[in-house]
Amino acid sequence: MSETIKQFLYLNRKAPYGTIYAWESLEVVLIGAAIHQDVSLAFVDDGVFQLTKGQDTAAVGMKNFSPTYSALGDYEVKKIYIEKESLEERGLTLDDLQHLTWEDEDDDWAEKDSIHLVTRAEMTAIMDDADVVFSF
Amino acid sequence: MSTLHTVNKSPFEKTSLATCLGHIGADSSVLLFEDGVYAALTQTSIEAQVKGALDSAKVYVLGPDLQARGLSEGRLIPGISVVDYAGFVDLAAEHDKVQAWL
Repeated sequence: MSETIKQFLYLNRKAPYGTIYAWESLEVVLIGAAIHQDVSLAFVDDGVFQLTKGQDTAAVGMKNFSPTYSALGDYEVKKIYIEKESLEERGLTLDDLQHLTWEDEDDDWAEKDSIHLVTRAEMTAIMDDADVVFSF
Repeated sequence: MSTLHTVNKSPFEKTSLATCLGHIGADSSVLLFEDGVYAALTQTSIEAQVKGALDSAKVYVLGPDLQARGLSEGRLIPGISVVDYAGFVDLAAEHDKVQAWL
């Protein structure tokens, strides 16, 4: 098995439930994390809608997969970037989104924020730095 | 002829809503459902466009799709009515035809 660790960036631009992209992306993230690659998530455009709080899918007969995002920290996925301009265009703030955290074992298991609000310019740099970008 | 126009995609992803709003005749209504419900929110970059539509047509949004996406009715543009699936059926029956914008 190769020792190479690559920087994977998962780019999410689609709203949840209307299409399967959001769920499929999350499944692939968990797979990538399980094989110990260096995983970052980017939420741009309608992707920011994936993380809203209070999703209740009972009346649409679909599985609510939003709780899965809070498990990301347990899989060492702690670099979650949300694009500020995308939120603003949609009338959202970070308060509308789930508060995702991870526990730092090198810091006495202190709970830290996984979500980083970044500007479009900062997101561009993040995309540039990635070895591989998976788009959903 | 009265038409129920349905829009199921996000206005930020596709131009379907914009095109639909440019083709609404008399006695017609617009129903936002699936990802189309995002157009019903206040404070978005397209709010003015949707508000403008209310001047000439009734606009409805499917409640279950709002709930699935974690969007409360409190964030809707005033004047947009929330319907459930039964209401969707009623709207379809009340209009002469249904035109879907994909």
